[in-house]
Amino acid sequence: MRVNKLNAAGWRRAALGALLMAAAGLASADELNMPVGVTEISRSVYDLHMIILWVCVVIGIVVFGAMFWSIIHHRRSQGHEAAQFHENTRLEIAWTIVPTIILIAMAVPATSTLIKMYDTGGEDMTVEVRGYQWKWQYKYLDEDYQSTFGFMSTLATPQDEFYNRSAKGEHYLLEVDEPLRIPINKKVRFLLTSEDVIHAWWVPDFGIKRDAVPGILNELWTIVEEPGVYRGQCTELCGKDHGFMPVVVQAMEQEDFDAWYATKLKEEQERKALESMVFTTDELMARGEEVYTKNCVSCHQANGQGVPPVFPSLVGSPVATGDRDAHIRMVLNGVPGTSMQAFGAQLSKAEIAAVVHYERHAWGNNAEDITQPVDVANVEAGQ
Amino acid sequence: MSEVVETHAGHDDHDHHGPDKGLARWLFTTNHKDIGTLYLWFSFAMFLIGGMMALVIRAELFEPGLQFVAPEFFNQMTTNHGLIMVFGAVMPAFVGLANWLIPMMVGAPDMALPRMNNLSFWILPFAFGIMISTLFMEGGGPNFGWTFYAPLSTTYAPDSVTYFIFAVHLMGASSIMGSINVIATILNMRAPGMTLMKMPLFVWTWLITAYLLLAVMPVLAGVVTMMLFDIHFGTSFFNAAGGGDPVMFQHIFWFFGHPEVYIMILPAFGVVSQIIPTFARKPLFGYDSMVYAVASIAFLSFIVWAHHMFTVGMPLAGQLFFMYATMLIAVPTGVKVFNWISTMWRGSMTFETPMLFAIAFVILFTIGGFSGLMLAITPADYQYHDTYFVVAHFHYVLVPGAIFSIIAAVYYWLPKWCGRMYDETLGKIHFWLSFIGVNVTFFPQHFSGLAGMPRRIPDYALQFADFNMLSSIGAFIFGFSQVFFMFVVIHAITRGKKATDRVWDGAHGLEWTLPSPAPYHSFTHPPKVSDAEAHS
Repeated sequence: MRVNKLNAAGWRRAALGALLMAAAGLASADELNMPVGVTEISRSVYDLHMIILWVCVVIGIVVFGAMFWSIIHHRRSQGHEAAQFHENTRLEIAWTIVPTIILIAMAVPATSTLIKMYDTGGEDMTVEVRGYQWKWQYKYLDEDYQSTFGFMSTLATPQDEFYNRSAKGEHYLLEVDEPLRIPINKKVRFLLTSEDVIHAWWVPDFGIKRDAVPGILNELWTIVEEPGVYRGQCTELCGKDHGFMPVVVQAMEQEDFDAWYATKLKEEQERKALESMVFTTDELMARGEEVYTKNCVSCHQANGQGVPPVFPSLVGSPVATGDRDAHIRMVLNGVPGTSMQAFGAQLSKAEIAAVVHYERHAWGNNAEDITQPVDVANVEAGQ
Repeated sequence: MSEVVETHAGHDDHDHHGPDKGLARWLFTTNHKDIGTLYLWFSFAMFLIGGMMALVIRAELFEPGLQFVAPEFFNQMTTNHGLIMVFGAVMPAFVGLANWLIPMMVGAPDMALPRMNNLSFWILPFAFGIMISTLFMEGGGPNFGWTFYAPLSTTYAPDSVTYFIFAVHLMGASSIMGSINVIATILNMRAPGMTLMKMPLFVWTWLITAYLLLAVMPVLAGVVTMMLFDIHFGTSFFNAAGGGDPVMFQHIFWFFGHPEVYIMILPAFGVVSQIIPTFARKPLFGYDSMVYAVASIAFLSFIVWAHHMFTVGMPLAGQLFFMYATMLIAVPTGVKVFNWISTMWRGSMTFETPMLFAIAFVILFTIGGFSGLMLAITPADYQYHDTYFVVAHFHYVLVPGAIFSIIAAVYYWLPKWCGRMYDETLGKIHFWLSFIGVNVTFFPQHFSGLAGMPRRIPDYALQFADFNMLSSIGAFIFGFSQVFFMFVVIHAITRGKKATDRVWDGAHGLEWTLPSPAPYHSFTHPPKVSDAEAHS
């Protein structure tokens, strides 16, 4: 009997604990709950989330309440005799029909929100979002869906912070070198695809998430109401650095956005101009190191030694010390079936020339050649 | 024994037929009890190995930053943890329970196909030997998640993926043979009077589970074979560059994968439906509706698969269909929960360890069901999808769901299996450690998911730090308490008090009419099925 009394106390404590947990779950502090977000869609999604959560909580209280009532009162230690009923048709019909009605009531707002989310037409501008292992490329498309300019958006958190060699910043793992910029109060349509494996693009504050699938173009849209920086992450396992490809979007006032857009267009023209320039070896090494650090280091490592056998070493490798044009071709086209991407679509000819030159002269590699943008252009034209 | 017709002088020793001696007993056994024991110990070993992998994951996630393992190894841990727990721990444990219990529950002398039974078990150590060995291969083991989405698992996979494919084929063969055996036993070997609607619910749930297995394991075999062809024979099923479709992989995988989820939970429903009436000393409420609910859940499991893929970009009509169908599952699942509670209602309850685990199952599985209902709401799912909210959801249905039911079953039937009782105090300590551990591990994951933490990442932003630390502490408590479970079981087998034949005063069913421990050969002639021993 004594043991059973202890059990009763135990159960009461457990019930209290469960209630406290539920209460904690319902406190809508930022770190405990879904963000309300800054779009009409994100607010409807948040409302749906809260409705269904409360429905579950109420059902939970009723169901677990009945159960704990029974556990406390209908126990042998209290001298309770077992009843022998085992059927009640009316009750059974009721608890089939009532949940069905609740579900139908729930499906109505869910359906209308979903229909709204699928209304992709009437956009003010279109951005192509392309997933790469492990970064995002954003291209601004004009009315004919031609690219005006684009850029890569890569994790900006330094490696020292991962390895606890320096203090972690406020936006650890959620910061990029260049965020996607969009104007507020404009319908921005995103076209998502991928260059290699499946990624998923997610900004919690916009209430939208969609997979970026190779060979498929997915659509998504948003109208952001508040200027600000919004952070999310890739949410589909995409290989080694899946945890290191954040999504950062900066929503700006229209005039700020226009000014930025104009600057980027000008930079794009200057970048094109670079492709006909001739650089000194020092310039090539400096630019090359910059490009390498941004694009190559996660596989081939800062010391060029890679992580064999998956990510080969470049130090003294046949590619980095052999035929230069073959080296350029590999960077341009990648190696199908491996993680080595085709950088021809991601980098300018000047950048490719610099990084090839850098790889052939860094870490003791000593190829007797210089690689200029024009060489890259020649290789590309000749292939 | 006199019914056994002796046609051969060499078989005179039939009357004293017991187990062989030594290793041969286990290698060549065709006895359902021996094979059940093998399955259960094997699955427990896999549970510990998969658990160690989980602890590697939780150790790495204890704090932000990369501390213990590199991201590539972290991915191998998440992948193998999932595969080993699903295919190595939960499924074989239920097959082990089926082997031990189904013949005793339906009054059959053994499984219908004893030699195949031996084969279906002995394939498994090879399958998992191959799979675990990939971790030591050049380039590492599978690192693409237990769902192995193409093209990450094909074009971009490590070389060891071919071994993984072979291992999955072997596991599939084992499961298919196991399920054929269950179906053949239940449909052909019931004792006279044991009609279908008198079968214990555990037998019913396993019959339905076996049909699910039979339907979907070939689909799994098909999809890994398509991967094999893409990798080695130049096809492009899932390679967009060759005209294939990576999304098709997900459709085929989840056509297997969703019924698979129910394969892991239906037998758990069966176990709980046996235990609750025993300790409430009251017949199971709504037996018929329980059977129909399980059948409905099984049917629905075939038409909801794409709710795992709401973010791949399906057309609106598809999204709506899969949302509605998924929400519908809540109805039969609710019926089951209501029935269990009605069984307890006005009973005369006691709370021995199996009952504690069964009650925890009902509560915590229901919480997993609630988050499942939330996940069904497609617009909200966009926010939950592939975050820790999903991790919390499926761990709630699998750990305090499937695994608690297996633990409950072990405590409940162990006295029948080995003839000795476990120590009630030790069992209760194990229960409370597990109960606290599992909730401290997985409840905070709801919050980190809602706050935006994606799953399968080796490092995370700072706002997720507190919940991850809590979760890691819970995981180590839970992990330790399962090692303690092994101690409790071994203590029971070696030093436990002698068990009575009936074991529990409220127990009904043919297995309790046998002596404890159950003799090596039981029901060699069919028992008479009295009303009292039909379904409780």
